[in-house]
Amino acid sequence: MPVAYIPRTRELYSDFTPYRWVVNETLPWTPLRKPIAQAKIALMSSGGIMYRGQPRFHHEDASYRQIPKNAAREDLYVWHFGYPTADAEKDPNCVFPLERMRELEAEHIIGELSDPAFSFMGGIYSSRKVRDELAPQIVDELKRAHVDAFYLVPA
Amino acid sequence: MTSALDITQAVKPPRAVFVNFPLGHQTGRPDDPAIQRHIVRDAMRAFETIATPGDIVRLPYVWDPADRTWETRDYTKGWMPERPSRDAADLAEAERVAKYTK
Repeated sequence: MPVAYIPRTRELYSDFTPYRWVVNETLPWTPLRKPIAQAKIALMSSGGIMYRGQPRFHHEDASYRQIPKNAAREDLYVWHFGYPTADAEKDPNCVFPLERMRELEAEHIIGELSDPAFSFMGGIYSSRKVRDELAPQIVDELKRAHVDAFYLVPA
Repeated sequence: MTSALDITQAVKPPRAVFVNFPLGHQTGRPDDPAIQRHIVRDAMRAFETIATPGDIVRLPYVWDPADRTWETRDYTKGWMPERPSRDAADLAEAERVAKYTK
């Protein structure tokens, strides 16, 4: 059975005001304009991945990191307070499947993996901050890179 | 991807793929490139097969057929392993930055 995170969050944080979850009534839809085998796809993860000496994330952090698409595993680091990060530290592909996406590109299963990939730290209480600060910056990056689609992996 | 089905059903992204794995593992088990590849490959395929906005494709993979205790335990009080002390974390952080500062 999939975990019901909303009631568990309410219970876990029962000392605090109940969280006001984002509930959307409508959703955007853009049809895919080309087959995935011809598409340029950006990878991003909210798992808190940093590259080499990039600054560590912190609580309520709306910043993001650019991760070179050919980054070596030993140059990837993790900071996140909201999930057990040991496995992601051992193998970042658990939350940031960069190596797998590179393989799919080499095999022409996707058209192109966009460079750089992105990561941010999803433990941000303020949905307004995500909507108004983080998301527009990511959208700008994606437009600049002329991607056809993006693959967002949560923690 | 989505790791929290109920949250995603409220947010309604145009396309989502879910596999019933613990938080921090939505694209697979560590050092298991086969399962990672299955999940990512399925997600890429879902870009083309999802025709109804808001659909969430559910993948069939099982985290550990022999142990489902995580489904009861995760995101309940005390579920997270203890984090390193602030001093230890700051030291590791200083070492990381120093490694790349020449």
